[in-house]
Amino acid sequence: MISFKNISKRFPDGFVALNNIDLTIETGEMVFITGHSGAGKSTLLKLIAAIERPTSGSITISGQNIAQLKYSAIPFLRRKIGFIFQDHKLLFDRNVFDNVLLPLQIGSFDNNMVTSRVRAALDKVGLLRKERAMPVTLSGGERQRLCIARAVVHRPIILIADEPTGNLDIEYARDIMEMFKSFHQVGVTVLIATHDASLLENTQHRILSLKQGKLAA
Amino acid sequence: MIQAWLAQHWFVFILTLKRLISAPITSLLSIIVIGIAFSLPTGIYTLMENLRALSGQTAGSPQISLFFKLDADQKDIDKIRQRLEENPQIQHVQFVSRHTALQQLQQNSGLNDPIINLDRNPLPDAFIVHVQSGVETVKQLHETIQEWPEIEHVQYDSAWIERLDALLKFGRFTVLLLATLLSIAIIAVMFNTIRLQILTKQDEIEISKLIGATDSFIRRPFLYFGAMQGLLGGLTAWLIVTLVIQRMAEELTELARLYSLNLNLQPLSTEDSISLLLFSTWLGWLGARISVASHLWQIEPK
Repeated sequence: MISFKNISKRFPDGFVALNNIDLTIETGEMVFITGHSGAGKSTLLKLIAAIERPTSGSITISGQNIAQLKYSAIPFLRRKIGFIFQDHKLLFDRNVFDNVLLPLQIGSFDNNMVTSRVRAALDKVGLLRKERAMPVTLSGGERQRLCIARAVVHRPIILIADEPTGNLDIEYARDIMEMFKSFHQVGVTVLIATHDASLLENTQHRILSLKQGKLAA
Repeated sequence: MIQAWLAQHWFVFILTLKRLISAPITSLLSIIVIGIAFSLPTGIYTLMENLRALSGQTAGSPQISLFFKLDADQKDIDKIRQRLEENPQIQHVQFVSRHTALQQLQQNSGLNDPIINLDRNPLPDAFIVHVQSGVETVKQLHETIQEWPEIEHVQYDSAWIERLDALLKFGRFTVLLLATLLSIAIIAVMFNTIRLQILTKQDEIEISKLIGATDSFIRRPFLYFGAMQGLLGGLTAWLIVTLVIQRMAEELTELARLYSLNLNLQPLSTEDSISLLLFSTWLGWLGARISVASHLWQIEPK
């Protein structure tokens, strides 16, 4: 369970990204976060992975207060989370396989099973045949799927996606949404930030909409 | 758990080798810089060790020579011998008869000296006495023996020992000073090398932090890199010193032969070689550690 209590985030330049947010997300839930750009979607997601720290309030994940987490404990929090970044953050000096391998190297997984884990993740997103390709040679949709593979390879309990379908045509976007649904079905808590209204038609999942740093009803 | 830990270190070791090989010219240049910087103090140290060994051969424990008056007889000699052997400060007493002395002179000088053809032996009987170390002891003993009526002349080499000792001290000081200055230079070189590496790896560091890498995980490859370059630099220094000493030894043997001396230049000892390699590895690691500590915190993901 993820819960926000009185969370505010004010940046050093005075901009208030989040203003007094109260929010609870159940374990295994799938939640959409919408709003215009600048509404605070990215900030909200980054708070969960302690990439940004709140100005005030508390965030608890499975009983642990993230707002007061020590610097040395942050890596271990992040290992429980799979984060799909808006700007991808792929490493262009290594191939597809090695990009997906990175979380397993960091988490010191057993060498014998990393290869099969990486292949399983690549298979799930349909990139298995491109494991030796370099990221520059991939299309936008393929890069997005590579990000997903990297985010799920270490089997996180929370999956966070920041604008996962931005700049993708509707066909690709639907594919990617299907992938998220399948992770949700195996019990992963999924949070997706998007401004793409077409994704949200006929969804039975909860939609949180942010407006100028506040949650709209 | 330990297996995973070992696997990680092995992985970083291989990664470091790859990084070294991927920029061969850069790696080679900094290894050579470190090697040359280390070879200077190491070379001087090696020569000094040789000088010390040489001085140990000739004056390891100070010695006093007692020369009898030319008219001294066997009774006098026995009396003095007993007196010397009873003295606890004296380690070893060696008698050199005037006859032996002449023979040695003929053998050693290697010169066709007219002395050899003299019909009368001008040399006196003598005792060579090895004293327990300590310049003071030697001086004291020298004064005592000078009082004995049977002895014509007492000679001791304390002045020479003192001079050599001072020279060696000065040499040690020079080596220490050079080593300190060049160590600082090596740390600076390593600091800069790692700084450049961190700059080119900025993306990787940021992304690694974002997906849960600890600081020690991020530091590790840079520390390995520093240590490895230090080690290779140390090996280069060892190679330079060994080759130079070997070459010098050949020349010196030739020189010594011309002067009928038996000089043998020794290479760096095994212990000293290991110390050199350990120290250079540590220094490389330290330079990298300082560099990483001062640059890594600047790369925080946003």
